[in-house]
Amino acid sequence: MKLKEFIVTEAIVPELSATSRDEALRELVLSLSSAGALPDAAVDGIVAALIAREKDGSTGFGKGVAVPHVKHAAVRKMAGTIGRAPTGIDFTALDHQPVFTIVLLLSPENQPQQHLQAMNVVFSNLQKDMFRRFLRQSTSRATIIELLDEADQGK
Amino acid sequence: MPTVSRDIIVSNSLGLHARPAMQFVDTANRFHSKVTVSKGGEEPYEADGKSVMQMIILAATQGTPLQIKADGDDAEAAVKSLAQLFADKFGEE
Repeated sequence: MKLKEFIVTEAIVPELSATSRDEALRELVLSLSSAGALPDAAVDGIVAALIAREKDGSTGFGKGVAVPHVKHAAVRKMAGTIGRAPTGIDFTALDHQPVFTIVLLLSPENQPQQHLQAMNVVFSNLQKDMFRRFLRQSTSRATIIELLDEADQGK
Repeated sequence: MPTVSRDIIVSNSLGLHARPAMQFVDTANRFHSKVTVSKGGEEPYEADGKSVMQMIILAATQGTPLQIKADGDDAEAAVKSLAQLFADKFGEE
């Protein structure tokens, strides 16, 4: 699977205005609904589910990245987006460090295999120091899309 | 140093997603032994059992055979506890 099969590039937020975890989750979900990847009416329910998921266990897995994700009945087709937080956001990450890059992933219910494959490609790339560093330094949507293209070609 | 390994099969319906991966890592971290989890097949991968990211990269779906291996003075106990998590389906269905 490739990143661009599920990352909705029009929904990428190169500079989040949010300064807290919950605001950032809302901003990214709103961006996906604005891009037409989600019904507007589903935004509140999905944000609530993402917040509940974070409270259950942070998806800030360390190294400045968080991968909030949830399966939700309102999601028809798997959709993801990326947000950059240049000043860092507290995600109560496992390594207690602030999060600078958020990769958000929404999956339909009853498709666990597809969800695991998407998580596989996200983390395979996030493991790479260069990918993480470039993502953190990319200040425009176009640069982030270019980085995703390169990552997808390298796979 | 003893090395102990055990073959298991992922049996919970959602597979080894983030929550069970974290539960596995939490348990692995209670032991001194080095822990690895390997997957064979078309896309073989060996994950550090103490890294959540690497455990998620395994993308082990229901029915996937995995090998848990521990190296160290508490290897036997580590493998026993870790295999038990899979037997208990991580508290899922």
